[in-house]
Amino acid sequence: MKAGRLEPREKQSKLRSLFRRQIFIPIAALLVLVIFNLITNPSFFAVKLDYNSAGNPVFTGNLVTILDNASELAILAIGMTLVTAASGGQDISVGAAIAIAGSVTLRVLCGDNARPETLQAPIIVAFLVCCVASMLFGAFNGTLVAYFKIQPMVATLILYTAGRSIAAWINNNTLPNISEPSFGYAGNFIPGIPVPTPILIAIACMIVIALVLKFTTLGLYTQAVGINPNSSRLNGINPAFIKFITYVILGLCVAVAGFIKVSRFSTINYSVVAKDIEMDAILAVALGGNALSGGKFNMAASILGAYVIQFLTTTLYAFNVDSSALPAYKAVVVIILVVLSAPTFQQKLTRLKKKPKMAAAAKEGN
Amino acid sequence: MKKILALLLVCAMLFALAACTQTNNTTSDTSNNTTNDTSNTDNADTNTDDTTEDATDDTTDDTTSGELIKVGIINNDPNESGYRTANDADMKRVFCEENGYDASFYYSLKNDEQIAAAQKFVQDEVDYLLISAAGTAGWDSVLMDAQNAGIQVILFDRTIDADPSLYVASVVSDMALEGETAVNWLDSQGLEEYNIIHIQGVMGSAAQVGRTGALDEKVAANDNWNLVTQQTAEWNAETAQQIVQSVIDSGKEFNVIYAENDDMAKGAVAALDKANISHGVDGDVIIMGFDCNKWALEELLAGRWNYDGQCNPFQASYIDEIIQGLENGQAPESQVIILEEKGFDATTITQEDVDNYGI
Repeated sequence: MKAGRLEPREKQSKLRSLFRRQIFIPIAALLVLVIFNLITNPSFFAVKLDYNSAGNPVFTGNLVTILDNASELAILAIGMTLVTAASGGQDISVGAAIAIAGSVTLRVLCGDNARPETLQAPIIVAFLVCCVASMLFGAFNGTLVAYFKIQPMVATLILYTAGRSIAAWINNNTLPNISEPSFGYAGNFIPGIPVPTPILIAIACMIVIALVLKFTTLGLYTQAVGINPNSSRLNGINPAFIKFITYVILGLCVAVAGFIKVSRFSTINYSVVAKDIEMDAILAVALGGNALSGGKFNMAASILGAYVIQFLTTTLYAFNVDSSALPAYKAVVVIILVVLSAPTFQQKLTRLKKKPKMAAAAKEGN
Repeated sequence: MKKILALLLVCAMLFALAACTQTNNTTSDTSNNTTNDTSNTDNADTNTDDTTEDATDDTTDDTTSGELIKVGIINNDPNESGYRTANDADMKRVFCEENGYDASFYYSLKNDEQIAAAQKFVQDEVDYLLISAAGTAGWDSVLMDAQNAGIQVILFDRTIDADPSLYVASVVSDMALEGETAVNWLDSQGLEEYNIIHIQGVMGSAAQVGRTGALDEKVAANDNWNLVTQQTAEWNAETAQQIVQSVIDSGKEFNVIYAENDDMAKGAVAALDKANISHGVDGDVIIMGFDCNKWALEELLAGRWNYDGQCNPFQASYIDEIIQGLENGQAPESQVIILEEKGFDATTITQEDVDNYGI
């Protein structure tokens, strides 16, 4: 990306190829994983229509598992992409914020009783309260970043440290457990619909963000602010407000993800829920080929990046790789990506493409 | 230059945050702390007013705070798990003013912060120091200081690597025995073949080491005991679900799930339910968990799980007994007191057990 900006003359033709290349990275990673799985275990992609123990039809198989488990990450990747693009930094508090969102949801549903027989409030009310709370915390982060001009990683460090304690405090240090089956619909299955609900929610979120990016100026303004806040201000955009609003949007994404998380098991464990998910969300953005220093972004590539991460995780589980070794494999992916997207490497790559003969000659010379 | 400045600021902020959480933790039990504070100021008053009465200072302190026994309690963060929440609630219930204690609590999951807090308690001249250490190493010097100050140290829940002469007693769970009890129970089920999905806790924790050890031994010794998979889910239900899901998707056969805590067993069961695999009493898959959360015991009672191993968080009454003994000049009978822990079987569990042992 930076290389593209450095060479304005080739911008017109380059832009299109850059766009292609950006989405190319996650697609290539996905293809590698797909081919690898096809070769080693062709039945990896088998999807079956079974019945679960409640007697409802459900789709099962690795592919469904991947799509299901990646839902929260994909939703977070949406918000994280915007935050990254506008503020040139990442929110590292999303995991803790998910704990808060989940805790708020359960608090509204349970009231003071940790194990209620009946729900104290309609689920939709709990969800809305959860959204408001998460957006408030997002606004807190956004204010620190946009108006106090604190580095995003430092500003969100506050919530990263305190978030899980706040989550525990919201429920008086108890671990609520809801027995009402309808609360589990959002994290599992709605009776009669064989597709896991998180997949549907993730798709809904993608449609919403696609419409927002298409019919509002949010995308354009975000990129303008990310590329150059001063010039965007001179053009009548309020950079601080745009940064602020991206954090609020991320807050909303966190609310949805947190709601799915608590719905999966109808309970919460503050210290382990969505642990390290912030790193995965940032990785998804990076995997999508987006510059972590802000500016232009590609939403589809980020979301695809989230699915690649889950694909990798599930593949490793399927191959019985020790799950404590998973971060090491992710690290390998990160290293490859960082090298691939490094400007010097890309320049060399384009040179190789343009003048293969000369490059070959140069190599021989070396 | 800017980068260095930024780095410094980050460090400062981290430090400030850590400091904040510390104060939060120590003041989380306000009632206890205020009593503690007043007794401290009393102490200071007597010091300044009657400097000649230094020798009798201790007795005046005792009388001013109403003959209360001063204890400093260092524990892990109660949010860590349901087990810890129950443990903390139990400590608070026993070490209260009605029972003749003036207790101050400190919580941290970090060993160094706990040691610093212990140092502070030594300076505050508590009578007893109760410690559930986050890590096993690094406690020697502070315990020596405590010994020199005449403070009796009692370890609970977790043991540490220090000279046994530095503490009076330790009240602990025997995790290896928990694992053994569970494995013996599984053995008594008399299955022809044991194909086990083993879901481990955070690697290296005492609970994981103890509960894994017994199973590993059994699997190594018997040909009909096989591990289908052995993975750590780090006490996380969702990771456990993914692990079991991947085994189901790969079509491997299994008939036992040995999860090292209740949360992970719950995650595993969610995966089974999704795939319509029957479990529990009369089911195809035996479900085993640990910790005896109330909801887990209810699963047992309903026959959806088969076994839950207890990890007893109720150490406070044992410690109380030791302290009362020491106050009367009696040393505890043995230095290491191992808590009695049961394993519950779904076929024999009663509602009474759920009420009594559920945490």
